[in-house]
Amino acid sequence: MSQRTVYDKLWDSHLVKQNADGSALLYIDRHILHEVTSPQAFEGLRIAGRKPWRLDTNLATPDHNISTDPAERAAGVAGIPDNTSRIQVQTLDDNCDHFGIKEFKMNEMGQGIVHVMGPELGATMPGLTVVCGDSHTATHGALACLAHGIGTSEVEHVLASQCLVTKKMKNMRVTVDGVLGVGVTPKDVVLAIIAKIGTAGGNGHAIEFAGSVFRDMSIEGRMTVCNMAIEAGARVGLVAVDEKTIDYCRGRKFMPAGEMFDKAAEYWRTLTSDSDAFFDTEVQMNGSDIAPQVSWGTSPEMVVPVTGNIPRVEDQTDAVKKKGVERALEYMGLEGGAPISSVAVDRVFIGSCTNSRIEDMRAAAAVVKGHTVSKTIKQALVVPGSQMVKEQAEAEGLDKVFIQAGLDWREPGCSMCLAMNADKLGAGEHCASTSNRNFEGRQGNGGRTHLMSPEMAAAAAITGHIVDVREFTGDQS
Amino acid sequence: MKAFTQLKGLVGPMDRANVDTDMIIPKQFLKSIKRSGFGPNLFDELRYMDEGQPGQDCSQRPINPEFALNLPRYSGATILLARKNFGCGSSREHAPWALEDYGFRAIIAPSYADIFYNNCFKNGLLPVVLTEQQLNVLFAEMYADEGYQLTIDLAQQKVVRPNGESFEFDIDQFRKDCLIKGLDEIGLTLHSAQAIKDYEKARAETQPWVFGAIK
Repeated sequence: MSQRTVYDKLWDSHLVKQNADGSALLYIDRHILHEVTSPQAFEGLRIAGRKPWRLDTNLATPDHNISTDPAERAAGVAGIPDNTSRIQVQTLDDNCDHFGIKEFKMNEMGQGIVHVMGPELGATMPGLTVVCGDSHTATHGALACLAHGIGTSEVEHVLASQCLVTKKMKNMRVTVDGVLGVGVTPKDVVLAIIAKIGTAGGNGHAIEFAGSVFRDMSIEGRMTVCNMAIEAGARVGLVAVDEKTIDYCRGRKFMPAGEMFDKAAEYWRTLTSDSDAFFDTEVQMNGSDIAPQVSWGTSPEMVVPVTGNIPRVEDQTDAVKKKGVERALEYMGLEGGAPISSVAVDRVFIGSCTNSRIEDMRAAAAVVKGHTVSKTIKQALVVPGSQMVKEQAEAEGLDKVFIQAGLDWREPGCSMCLAMNADKLGAGEHCASTSNRNFEGRQGNGGRTHLMSPEMAAAAAITGHIVDVREFTGDQS
Repeated sequence: MKAFTQLKGLVGPMDRANVDTDMIIPKQFLKSIKRSGFGPNLFDELRYMDEGQPGQDCSQRPINPEFALNLPRYSGATILLARKNFGCGSSREHAPWALEDYGFRAIIAPSYADIFYNNCFKNGLLPVVLTEQQLNVLFAEMYADEGYQLTIDLAQQKVVRPNGESFEFDIDQFRKDCLIKGLDEIGLTLHSAQAIKDYEKARAETQPWVFGAIK
């Protein structure tokens, strides 16, 4: 057989049928459901009189519009104050009960943001196809899965047939060699990649992240990188299997055990790209050149190193780009040419499917430990990605570190990443955020998002403005 | 699904690049458990001067007079002209639902985000891809000519301009067939039920750990 990429191998092993018209029927191994993009799919099943094709592939949990406030959460689903949110969460519970789908309900151990929950429970494992009605599904590609977001019609399609009608993507490889400097994180790497290739750079491609930087990176770090593949336009982002992948999988709830695990691992080790495999597009970067990154504008490609300046309209040569920079500066209320580190922030958000895992919690806690949140900060939220992350963080005393420094320690959910719950920005407010999108209004109507790493967001909470975490001393200025 | 064969209609503009799904339909409207009724909130933050809430009567809200689609000349538009990377961001199918509910049946842009592009076809909404140069021509003609209409012929894969000249476009055969015939894709897939079962049987023999894990 010819030389194949990881993506080629995953595609080939899930192909049920190749049609003459170029479309293909692809088998789906895992389907994760949440409250926002599933109700219309379940309704469609009911109307057509169909049932789920099989149950042991589906896993559900509410995350997008649940409250992260401990008092509100304690009141259960009935206590969700917003009427439409409550109905949506209740509808997920009802649909899962009705069709027999495994769900981790709002306050149950196991619940969490879909892309935190799947891997930590071992529901997603190497070599699988994973879909979810959420564009950040590529996160699971960190375990060498073929994972991508789908729309609600496809949620229904997968429920009914366990398959998707789809077309093979092109292969792209982003190689980052070298060694990351101190204070430079997986988030900075992926922001630097998006800044380089643009938000449409990966359209039509599955991206494999390769090179020494990803080999040296933890599995959770790889998840942060794969999570944001969609922000570079690629539905799929993945990293080949290595021993770290195998070690991560061992012992998790839904993983095989004993001899079966060893047999699975033997197969998983084949999930690397062959040495002469063909990539339609290749991108190369040097990890040593990457500084901590911060977004200044309203698209994830509008990113500068923390040591850099906000772009000026007059420096733009391309007409469409010029218009975009002008509009973004106006929306963000920023002056072109000013240093990004001069920007004061009003709120801080540490969480989301990008950066809410235990390593993120540890990294943020290490920065704020012994310091106090700046008086100019209205709110600093720390939202663990799942019940399991919360439990682990509390066992390590991280919650106390955050609370002592003046940050809010919350219940697991999507929180301020997308403003579908009570956690949101007010108009004109700047936020140091570890989430993934800085679109206009994303974190609240008129809100101004600055994407960055957990370490950088934690440092901004203490100083009250964007600051280079490598120079952070805890002094407030 | 509604079939799509040929469409002649008024053209409206969304003249900016990288229009994201939060812009097309803001997050607060995603809490609905229905598939319809999103039209009045299409482009909500650009279209109105206030912050919209689900269930609100939008006819009473202050509209943004600067927003092009609010101009009377574009009222009733069924074809949207857009710029590159239209529909980037989330997988929310509420975006095509909102465009379709508003009255659009087709979009013409130089490129789309993958998930959005795919979602359009599931809802009888045709996303046509033309080059940036061709879009520049169409935008210029539309701005110059009030009441500007285009004809989109899916079978012929052509966008026909008022002067009779046309631009050809590419589209996948499978997607084209589904749209022209208004096919139920799930029903179509279930015709292959035996192939799916055979696949599962073979896979369970080589990779038994994949099955039966979640319960």
